Amino acid sequence: MKVLVPVKRVVDANVKVRVKADNTNVDTTNLKMALNPFCEIAVEEAVRLKEAGIATEVVVVSVGPKAVQEQLRTAMALGADRAIHIETDEALVPLSIAKLLKAVQDKEQAQLIIFGKQSIDGDNNQTGQMLAALTDLPQATFASEVKIDGDVVTVSREIDGGVQTLKMPLPAIVTVDLRLNEPRYASLPNIMKAKRKPLAIMAVADLGVNLKTHQTIISVTPPVERKAGIMVSSVEALVDKLKNEAKVI
Amino acid sequence: MAILVLAEHDNVSLKNDTAKVVSAAAAIGGDIHVLVAGVDCSAAVSAAQSLAGVSKVLVANATQYGAQLAENVSKLIVELAGDYEYILAATSSVGKDTLPRVAALLDVAQMSEVIEVVSPDTFVRPIYAGSALETVQSLDDKKVITVRSSAFDAVASTGKAEVVNLSQVIDASTELVSESLTESVRPELGNAGIIISGGRGMGSGENFAILEQLADKLGAAVGASRAAVDAGFVSNDLQVGQTGKIVAPNLYIAVGISGAIQHLAGMKDSKVIVAINKDPDAPIFQVADYGLVADLFEAVPALNQLV
Repeated sequence: MKVLVPVKRVVDANVKVRVKADNTNVDTTNLKMALNPFCEIAVEEAVRLKEAGIATEVVVVSVGPKAVQEQLRTAMALGADRAIHIETDEALVPLSIAKLLKAVQDKEQAQLIIFGKQSIDGDNNQTGQMLAALTDLPQATFASEVKIDGDVVTVSREIDGGVQTLKMPLPAIVTVDLRLNEPRYASLPNIMKAKRKPLAIMAVADLGVNLKTHQTIISVTPPVERKAGIMVSSVEALVDKLKNEAKVI
Repeated sequence: MAILVLAEHDNVSLKNDTAKVVSAAAAIGGDIHVLVAGVDCSAAVSAAQSLAGVSKVLVANATQYGAQLAENVSKLIVELAGDYEYILAATSSVGKDTLPRVAALLDVAQMSEVIEVVSPDTFVRPIYAGSALETVQSLDDKKVITVRSSAFDAVASTGKAEVVNLSQVIDASTELVSESLTESVRPELGNAGIIISGGRGMGSGENFAILEQLADKLGAAVGASRAAVDAGFVSNDLQVGQTGKIVAPNLYIAVGISGAIQHLAGMKDSKVIVAINKDPDAPIFQVADYGLVADLFEAVPALNQLV
């Protein structure tokens, strides 16, 4: 069984981004970049499926500028077998990414496509579901457990009120949530090995996909900062403030 | 302009999120219809009928819709979409699961987690865990939007919408195996006026009992930081933050929570924030209206005595 894992390069989760002075975008110049944390969990799950003898090949794919190859190498150091880079310098909306991924899936015919549930930059939480729509495949979003039995996948998923378990035929699309697994660290020998794994580069035009412009970013602004409040010295003082000043209890 | 709002419900009752999404729809302006897709959900339907500003409630009642699966509910919405310029849902697990699928089938982009309607085609949404706000103009003929319900006030229950029963029944290849819902007598995080959240500083799941006692006294909900969920203290559905629930109660009490950006993203729009932490340098104090540097195991029981 082949597993396809679409991944994204994002600003490292521990870095706080700032808005550019001209309010056109966030300033990502010279910031530390990383594999999106949810994508890392997706790669880990795919690699574990391979180690369990269920998956035979793990293919990672990313859409973006040349620099995304760094994250594709990271994914291969974690255990993916090969990578596909769809090169573009344009910032694409999730629907356009999903269309490009559909072209990849049409060729690769993976049985399972595992995504991170959202990227921590755009916070859109759309691409997996959109690919599921375009390929007309069943989907299980926000997975906390994935079990494969023959050509059926059973997924426990995090929903607002608790956990829901769904069963669906393969091929299927799964997007992963935090509790699914704890990704491993890449070992130095695996990082070296990843440099020699195959990485195919394609242009958007190679995939024959017609992309549209769907929206215009008018501005990107910093949120209104909360004013720092006051420190109280005791529980009594706190209760007094909450009752008499804030009047919330 | 007609707007279709996907109702947020559990087949038994309508969630308050729906009233807040209808409020966002009213801010856009137009004829508002609500779609209730589920099974035996008559109470949810009558609650939707009473939402102010809603003229029609479309009811898709079939066992196939019982689990509210994105696979077939999205196709149902697409069948109805010809009559609508806007399709809205809450940024809930159902809304996030379903609406991107609808948008892709309609070949339009989706806007996630909208917090403000600037004009009928321009919306504000947070990016980078709320570190920036993006104002986006949609160029698509149909606009598919998930709404952050905590950013909108619920509409009143003074309406009298007409019910329209739909006949479309669409199958899904996905099957519901089981659902294990957290049962709690406390209010839901999304609707609570007061929330008391615990972080890594709680030390264990058992220690959350002191927060629960205080919550019961205040009629509050209990939440948690990602650190507390990752440590296995409490279940994931209590998580407040970028990847959990986004809340904006009147009072948010953060106990033993350091205040990572990802947590602040979920609660910094609360009206009043209280932080109790033994580390005076914890970043949570920078957003708190009232900070108390104290051992939570002494402060919380003391608070419980005094309120």
